[in-house]
Amino acid sequence: MREWAEYDIHEGDGGESGAGSRIVLSGPMRVDSIGLIERDLRNYDGHLATIDISAVDDIDTVGAWIVSRLADEHDAEIEGANDTAQRLLKAVEVAEGDAKVHPDRAPLVERVLYGAGEYVQDWGKGTIGLLSFLGRIVLAFGSIIRHPRRFPMRAIVRQMELVGVNSLGIIGLMSFLIGVVIAQQGAAQLSQFGAESLTVNLVGRISLRELGVLMAAIMVAGRSGSAFAAQIGTMKLTEEIDAMRTIGISPTEKLIIPRLIACTVMMVFVGFYAAVMSIIGGAAISDLMLDLNFTSFLARVRDVVPTYDLWVLLIKAPVFGLIVALLGCYQGMQVENNAEEVGKRTTQAVVFGIFFVIVVDAIFAVFFTSVGWK
Amino acid sequence: MSDPLDRIDERAVARQDDYGEYPIRVRGLRNAFGEQVVHDNLSLDVRKGEILGVVGGSGTGKSVLMRSIIGLQTPQEGEIEVFGRNILEADPDEIIGIRDRWGVLFQGGALFSTLTVGENIQVPLKQYYPELSPELLDEIAHYKVKLAGLPEEALGKYPSELSGGMKKRAGLARALALDPELLFLDEPTAGLDPIGAAAFDKQTEELSETLGLTVFLITHDLDTLHEICDRVAVLADNQVIAVDTVTNLMDLDHPWIQEYFKGPRGRAALTAQALDELRRAMDKPVAGEA
Ligand SMILES: Nc1ncnc2c1ncn2[C@@H]1O[C@H](COP(=O)(O)OP(=O)(O)O)[C@@H](O)[C@H]1O
Ligand SMILES: [Mg+2]
Repeated sequence: MREWAEYDIHEGDGGESGAGSRIVLSGPMRVDSIGLIERDLRNYDGHLATIDISAVDDIDTVGAWIVSRLADEHDAEIEGANDTAQRLLKAVEVAEGDAKVHPDRAPLVERVLYGAGEYVQDWGKGTIGLLSFLGRIVLAFGSIIRHPRRFPMRAIVRQMELVGVNSLGIIGLMSFLIGVVIAQQGAAQLSQFGAESLTVNLVGRISLRELGVLMAAIMVAGRSGSAFAAQIGTMKLTEEIDAMRTIGISPTEKLIIPRLIACTVMMVFVGFYAAVMSIIGGAAISDLMLDLNFTSFLARVRDVVPTYDLWVLLIKAPVFGLIVALLGCYQGMQVENNAEEVGKRTTQAVVFGIFFVIVVDAIFAVFFTSVGWK
Repeated sequence: MSDPLDRIDERAVARQDDYGEYPIRVRGLRNAFGEQVVHDNLSLDVRKGEILGVVGGSGTGKSVLMRSIIGLQTPQEGEIEVFGRNILEADPDEIIGIRDRWGVLFQGGALFSTLTVGENIQVPLKQYYPELSPELLDEIAHYKVKLAGLPEEALGKYPSELSGGMKKRAGLARALALDPELLFLDEPTAGLDPIGAAAFDKQTEELSETLGLTVFLITHDLDTLHEICDRVAVLADNQVIAVDTVTNLMDLDHPWIQEYFKGPRGRAALTAQALDELRRAMDKPVAGEA
């Protein structure tokens, strides 16, 4: 069982020091045993003249602090302190200051307003920051072109493996399932018009033009954009980035360029792969549920999908890859101060990555339609 | 079950139980990472109330020894007793009862980066003693930070706003939060300027005296060894090859010990120590006359 400190107040028995009460503390006065009486002592509103601690059998700095504060508050005498107690009382006898322990927290309304203002300001700063970030990347590219031997081939290959090869399983599975859903749902709707055979057009074109590369980009933003932000952010916290700079290695060249190139290039392959898997998913479900078997579904896809759908994919994919990698690296480089920041920036890398991919996708959709690639 | 005090009420180890003369006993310890053997049949006793310096070349396993003792690293073989309990076989309740009786200052400070210094100090207190009032917690943070030799303004600062030396002191303040009986310091003065290091040493010595602490002090700092350590344990060849006072150690003829204490830095520290004693000896009669 746990032991607790106890107290006993003798009203008006202040001893030789005159009026006021006498408090007798007993038991252990330690951090683990004073919790129950500490509030009582703090809230005691009588006047204490004497604090008797001769019955205290063990004391630590927390106990000593409480005694010392009590004595200070009531201007009371401390009686019966043994050697240890005296030593500890002296050690904690430090002028009480009013420095804050906790950061200031404004009331909710103020916080929300302040937060909104800060948000706007951040957007401004963010835009400028992003521009200067882009500038540094262009410079780094320039310097790599001038010194081709510094081309970070190994790092690029490593990143390609992480971004592309390692994600093939999950992206393939996801795209396959999306193909299944589109074919199955599409067929259900189209059959109402007796246009079931158009399922092939639906799956083939939408996979190649839109969903394949979009889904791949979202997955890469979640897998790799976040990883970029977290890796680079952690390296900033541990001053690894500063160390690189002082050694004369440009973090932009060493860390960011390989990720940008790898992500841009791999997105083309991964996007195409996702489109193909989605078409295979459509073919599989049509083999099972519609009266069009697997091979003829694929053969029909070749007939109904125009070549420029492939061009659309091939143009969009590298742009999406670049957006995801840029935002991931940018957010990573913005990390400062603490671990919480790494989490926040990683979230932003993913959210903004997906958001901008979709915005750019919409712009592309309008653009391609207007140039006649309908 | 809802009472937060329950968990600690059932503590298996009383805070002030009698464990004899040695708060730490290590027997036949073996630690290895893959092929690399760090400790082999290592034994060490730490006496109650002493400041034990632990020295050894870089990579001889000083930090690993400390991590083994505080249970962050499970050794392959051996017995480790802390406060008379075998911590390798203790059940979780027992471990909780032991953990709040030691404080640890890690090599890098290891402060929680999202909390202020004051809040860092309160983390162990809140964890173990949820019954303490917020006012008391703040007061405790105030005096602990001063005990550790930091200015009061440091309380509201985040670790990223502190200098290296201040981080060490803030780490010390957090290590002292629970009024431990046993304090582990991993290279506390490494990276501090000589004045800061000397001040930190003095602080450690004073704390050990006033609070009756036993200190397990890993260090590379020869001045620290001379100034404040009661005994010094030397790690070499996967073992503790000697534990003794600095003076006695210097008479041993192990090559590493000779090199360490009698090399240029060792001699400098020795001279400083001798000068210091001389000065003290000369000061005394003067003070006596006045
Ligand atoms: N987690 C680990 N994995 C592998 N090797 C380790 C690990 N921790 C320490 N070591 C090795 O153990 C040896 C001792 O390390 P350490 O105790 O940190 O040295 P020091 O005496 O300088 O504090 C070193 O050679 C180190 O490489
Ligand atoms: Mg170490």
